[in-house]
Amino acid sequence: MRAYLSWLLIALLLVLAILAPIGQGNYITYVLTSWLVFSIAAMGLNLTLGYAGQISLAQASFMAIGAYTSALLTLAGWHWMAALVPALLLCFVVGLVLGYPALRVKGHFLAFVTLAFNTLVFLVLRNEDWLTGGNYGLSGMPRPDFGFVSTMKQHNFYYFTLAITVVAAAIMWWIVRSPWGRGFKALRENPIRAESLGVDTRRITLLAFAIGSTYGGLAGALISPLVQFIEPGSFAVGHSLRILLMVVVGGAGFFFGPFLGAGVVILLPELLRFTEGYYLIIYSALVIVMLVFTPRGLIGLWGMLRDRFFGKPQIRADVEQGPKLK
Amino acid sequence: MSQFLQVLLSGLATGSIYALVAIGFTLVWQAAQTVNFAQGEFVMVPAFFVLVGTNILGFPLALSLGLALLLAIALLGAVFKKLVVDPILPSGGISLIIATMALGILLRESVKEFYGAEAQPFPAMFPTNPINVFGAVVSMQDMLNLLISLAVVVVLTLFLNRTRTGRSMQAAAQNPAVAEILGVNVKRMVMYAFLINAALAALASFLITPVYLAKFSNGETLGLVAFIAAIVGGFNQIRGALVGGLLIGVLDNLVATYVTAEYRAALPLILLIFIILVRPQGIMGTSEGRAV
Repeated sequence: MRAYLSWLLIALLLVLAILAPIGQGNYITYVLTSWLVFSIAAMGLNLTLGYAGQISLAQASFMAIGAYTSALLTLAGWHWMAALVPALLLCFVVGLVLGYPALRVKGHFLAFVTLAFNTLVFLVLRNEDWLTGGNYGLSGMPRPDFGFVSTMKQHNFYYFTLAITVVAAAIMWWIVRSPWGRGFKALRENPIRAESLGVDTRRITLLAFAIGSTYGGLAGALISPLVQFIEPGSFAVGHSLRILLMVVVGGAGFFFGPFLGAGVVILLPELLRFTEGYYLIIYSALVIVMLVFTPRGLIGLWGMLRDRFFGKPQIRADVEQGPKLK
Repeated sequence: MSQFLQVLLSGLATGSIYALVAIGFTLVWQAAQTVNFAQGEFVMVPAFFVLVGTNILGFPLALSLGLALLLAIALLGAVFKKLVVDPILPSGGISLIIATMALGILLRESVKEFYGAEAQPFPAMFPTNPINVFGAVVSMQDMLNLLISLAVVVVLTLFLNRTRTGRSMQAAAQNPAVAEILGVNVKRMVMYAFLINAALAALASFLITPVYLAKFSNGETLGLVAFIAAIVGGFNQIRGALVGGLLIGVLDNLVATYVTAEYRAALPLILLIFIILVRPQGIMGTSEGRAV
């Protein structure tokens, strides 16, 4: 019954996502597309933070690697789909290379190392202008053309992004339910027990980090044809923080958390236009309040309300269940 | 040679201010396992308290400085602990890290909206005229900054090692349960750590802002450099934070002068990654047991 309901909900959301841009202008469609793109980035970070319990502040730099790689290749005449492969591979490899030393340390140390990495990537993008265009960035990336349909139109590009998001989400769905996806959860719930049962914690954490980074790269590869202009400032540390807050606000460790969180972060400013400059002040204050009262994010809040009104399902009292931030 | 001495001295002056911030950071970490990602903003904000005092309320500089210090201790010390740290700490370190990041955004944006986005000139407390030290030309301000920061570190170390309260604070940091049994008021000691942190941040703010200008975004780099100083020196040692701060200040200036100005910001980061790889407990630190 529960499974049936959740499939119905997913189908309903998908229909909504398909219907959303119909009759809307280019700007709204653009905002919706960037919601999808950031959902992908947040989904990747959710794997690292929510499932494997490692805080990473480098997601924007992986977006940068994906964006610049695909932009340079498409500008050189490659098709976007062809450029995607090296972009994702590069992110995966960089994720492994960064994660291998960085995951020797945990928690706050990892936050600093990834923060440092993001700043380094930013500096390289800004200073190596023979490759990246420096502060002026790169512009005029062509959008992918599939012969029978071109994505130059905003609506077509939205559906193209939606298709990619669905594929990426399906792969993530499979990852978190595969044997080593369950390993991530075991690691989060009880690392000592996980290790004693033969889960190679270090290897799967590293893999989670690298796969999460690859999702960041995918989001970056979508940003460059969406905006058709990229510059180092779009991938600064502040943006990593923004993606991290998406994951936390939505609910770290919940599959749909990133979509909700990205929706809040991307769409709320549009709704709160009237607050003008105070938007970020209100938002950050709300995040602090949320962490005080419901550290499991908006989805966690929903679960809390549901438990209060419909009663809590009885589980073994000695097992702490469900996603939570460490 | 005189150029080298000049670069070295001004590096030490900046580094000593980094050290103040890093020491506060270390104290709070030891007392309450709080990694404060808003530390840079804690240094940025008190300067604006002073500006509000002198420019808007029309107070003299000395009074503004005093009031700003008290306000910083109250808001960034006590209120921060009561409203942010205490309720969130039980749900875990990562939640608290994220909350302090949000607090950083909150402080930054508030200053930007309520005071102004442009860099504001900040009244100098000391004469800025250059003086000659063994052939090196350095500003009086830099030398006084260095002396004051070092004096504060010495006083703080004496306080922590020689007074009853200071020793109780150390005991509370090392083993809260046993300290409590032995009659130390652990809660109060933790509060002291937050108050001292706020005072150190405010002091660093007053010393460093005349050199750069007062700007809402000042905290971003400053906070990161202070974290790195604390980690490089050794997270669980006050003298480590001092060594880390001075080291980064000096290396930063040396690299900018003799190697590359474009990548000067990269140096602390590379140092951080190197230290974490080679000696994760920091230069002066002792290794602590780490959970799986």
